[in-house]
Amino acid sequence: MDTLLSWFGTLPGAVSQGFVWGIMALGLYITFRILDFADLTVDGSICTGAAVCTVLVTANFNIWFAMLAAFFAGCIAGLITGLLHTRLGIPPILAGILTQLMLWSLNLVIMSGKANIALSGFKYRDKLLISTGSSNITKSIIILAVIILFIISILYWFFGTQFGISLRATGNSKNMSRAQGINTKFTTVFGLALSNGIVALAGSLLAQQQGAADINMGRGAIVIGLAAVIVGESIVSKFATNFYLRLIFVVLGAVIYWIVFQTVIFIGLPSEYLKMLSAMVVALFLGLRNIKSSSGKKNIVRGKKNA
Amino acid sequence: MLEVNNIYKTFNAGTINEKTALNDVSLKLNDGDFVTVIGGNGAGKSTMLNAIAGVFPVDSGSIKINGKDITKLPEHKRAKYIGRVFQDPMLGTAADMLVEENLSIAQRRGKKRYIKWAISSKDRKKFTELLSQLNLGLENRLSSKMGLLSGGQRQAVTLLMASMLNPELLLLDEHTAALDPATAAKVLELTDKIVVENRLTAIMITHNMHDAIKHGNRLIMMNQGKIIFDVSGEEKAKLTKTDLLNKFAEIAGQNQESDRMVLS
Repeated sequence: MDTLLSWFGTLPGAVSQGFVWGIMALGLYITFRILDFADLTVDGSICTGAAVCTVLVTANFNIWFAMLAAFFAGCIAGLITGLLHTRLGIPPILAGILTQLMLWSLNLVIMSGKANIALSGFKYRDKLLISTGSSNITKSIIILAVIILFIISILYWFFGTQFGISLRATGNSKNMSRAQGINTKFTTVFGLALSNGIVALAGSLLAQQQGAADINMGRGAIVIGLAAVIVGESIVSKFATNFYLRLIFVVLGAVIYWIVFQTVIFIGLPSEYLKMLSAMVVALFLGLRNIKSSSGKKNIVRGKKNA
Repeated sequence: MLEVNNIYKTFNAGTINEKTALNDVSLKLNDGDFVTVIGGNGAGKSTMLNAIAGVFPVDSGSIKINGKDITKLPEHKRAKYIGRVFQDPMLGTAADMLVEENLSIAQRRGKKRYIKWAISSKDRKKFTELLSQLNLGLENRLSSKMGLLSGGQRQAVTLLMASMLNPELLLLDEHTAALDPATAAKVLELTDKIVVENRLTAIMITHNMHDAIKHGNRLIMMNQGKIIFDVSGEEKAKLTKTDLLNKFAEIAGQNQESDRMVLS
């Protein structure tokens, strides 16, 4: 009974962490699912968001301004990946890796060469939107939930607009998009910028939650984001295809991911295995999906030669 | 209307795989012309259509539509003038998007796309009306995913999307080849109806000689990147399958000649 109670005690932390990563997963959803672009920039841009926000807050700027700046910094990161891909013809994965590497240097520059800048402590406590301490966790969860609903509503509206629909068409069929007059290079760059902006925004929240910006905080971020997208989708696809619900479940996917993680730690798995575990979870879910669809008719039709 | 002047296209130039796909192709279309294109594999039919659509730049020559030079325009900008249907039913529509979303994309072909809600109830009414003209029972499936439709239905919708805004030129690249015979006939009938009713100027590639003779007011035959036969009007109306077969045999003979010359 006691262990169950103390397990419940880990839940609020997992939910708040899941919400922050859920925002990151929403950004990733745009590239991975809507644009069909495996974007590795996010490992760098999440840290960029954290760095920009932390540096600005410690320089006494308003937290909202700092988060907005983090968003735009992320947009620029996405823009670079987009241009590397569309202007120089570098394959998506490599373009993302190149930007990610550039960002590692840039993030250090933003943080004035320091690998870690603290954002916790008495000095900043009242300035931050969400905080590390367990005393304010309910407040943090509520604020995060509001931010999430706001982002999802904006995304839902945007992807229903004339321009938003052209982004979805780009990810679906580039041939069709161009034949209908969509500048697929522009839509790809725009989607990458938007996605990385949201990821960086998540980074700025992550810095507040962890009480620091750290140069290594983005390592493996894409895997956690993908896990959230895949877990969320595998639940939602069973009963709904509505876009709004899909996005909500992507966030819930992140929450489930962190609950499972807290539980695994709670049971006593050494924390050094955690990254391996997340990679294995993603590999398993992606693999299952492909094994299922390879017997379906979709792949057979797609295999037909294009004229 | 369409003016193609001496276009050349060589793929993989300077390598062992060098292939001259278009060799001095010129073609002039009048308003309302419906041209069928036939020719063997690798004759350059699709390459010609793709060159006109701007899928790749041509090596030399020019392409004009209604006097406007589009030779240097990228593919998405040419879409303002050109509607297209591909051979693969999967290519012409977005499978994961709804039927109404696909149609709304076509509704803005060649126009600026604003950050403004894309589909109004007025649009839905219009889409329903357009779909009902297809007679495929699609009018109640506006909110179905495109990928759930059959190949023939998808091709019909693509045709609708390509012709919706009355393009100055309609390009059909063997758009019935991947369909079963009955469906192919239906889509072809629909094509004829749309082209004639809207007085569109169209180029249709087909590998079915019967279809090539039956449809359109002009027929061209391609071989080795050149247009080698071009008939229209009365002459085209009198054309028989035997004429075309003889023409093919003639070419085959010539090809053999040139092969022999290379080999000896």
